[in-house]
Amino acid sequence: MRNLTTLLFAAGLGFLLLVLAAGLPYGHPPMLVGQGILQQAPATTGAANIVTSVVLAYRGLDTLGELSILFAAAAGAGLVLGGHRRRRRPDPDGGFILIAGADLMFPLLLVVGLYVILHGHLTPGGGFQGGVILAAAFFLPLLGRPREALDHTAISWIEGLAGAAFIAIGLWALFARGDFLAPMLGKGVLGQLFSAGTLPLLYAAVGLKVGAELSGLLADLAATEARDP
Amino acid sequence: MTPPPIEFLLYGGALALVALGLAGLVMARHLFRSILALGILEAGANLLLVLAGYRAGGVAPILTPGTLGQPMVDPVPQALVLTAIVIGVGVQALALALALRVHQAYGTLDVAEVRGRMEADTDAAAGLEPETSRDLPAVERPS
Repeated sequence: MRNLTTLLFAAGLGFLLLVLAAGLPYGHPPMLVGQGILQQAPATTGAANIVTSVVLAYRGLDTLGELSILFAAAAGAGLVLGGHRRRRRPDPDGGFILIAGADLMFPLLLVVGLYVILHGHLTPGGGFQGGVILAAAFFLPLLGRPREALDHTAISWIEGLAGAAFIAIGLWALFARGDFLAPMLGKGVLGQLFSAGTLPLLYAAVGLKVGAELSGLLADLAATEARDP
Repeated sequence: MTPPPIEFLLYGGALALVALGLAGLVMARHLFRSILALGILEAGANLLLVLAGYRAGGVAPILTPGTLGQPMVDPVPQALVLTAIVIGVGVQALALALALRVHQAYGTLDVAEVRGRMEADTDAAAGLEPETSRDLPAVERPS
């Protein structure tokens, strides 16, 4: 009975939202902000990827808040899982295929992750996406060899320094230009690797922070016993 | 009969994901399935946001020599969805950590069973008798 009610409610809500969506102007977004940003962003920030301009220049403060939320979630998960308590009986090694595959993929993922981070202002991608790839690179060897733990001290340092670098760049812009996280260092030539001023630096900080946070989180989850002994 | 326009499929798919996630969230009796349903709901909401920024015939908002002068889709919803995805990862990680602790403590992720054991635990900690319903047959009622 309860399931039937839930299904009816969900179907009704979906139908209601569909009727509302049918009234939306599909293909002609009514928002004017997007149009303005599309026209101004290349001249204002010098980044070829306009989404990056929005994330780091127009909404840089929101991105800082987003990083804080991610940090709070990672810290909360670490707290709930009880710190860095090690397993008494770690899982056995992952077999030849997993270990060899992890060894093979580690440098490739590292290069791809860094490429995605450093080209975030030119091509699709950026700090968040590249950071996740970096975290995957550091988590794969952990799947192959569960006995070797990640160095949590180094991870904490990377995370803290990257976060501090993001805020430091913002404060530098605040004192030099009068606006927190305002683009600095000139715009350069549109489409060049060294362009868009501080945006690539900010994205590098974001990428390192996200990568360190997620790999620490995955390692915490992997190192927790499924049941209390 | 002409086929319905493509936007019905797109909006319908995104909204179906939302409805599916909502139904799963309410109906699932297993904590892990609830977390997965939350992920589906989130994917539907993100798709809706991206759809809202679509411009007819637009290309991705990235300036390359091939796309100069063409109409581009709205970059603001895309940036918002980028934020939402990252927040979603944080929420799921926290939820999984909590579910892991529940499993450590009670050995199960079944919602009803966990709730029953939690109530028994809190009753025992407060020194109360285990709660029984007044609707039980008379012989099973606490005297």
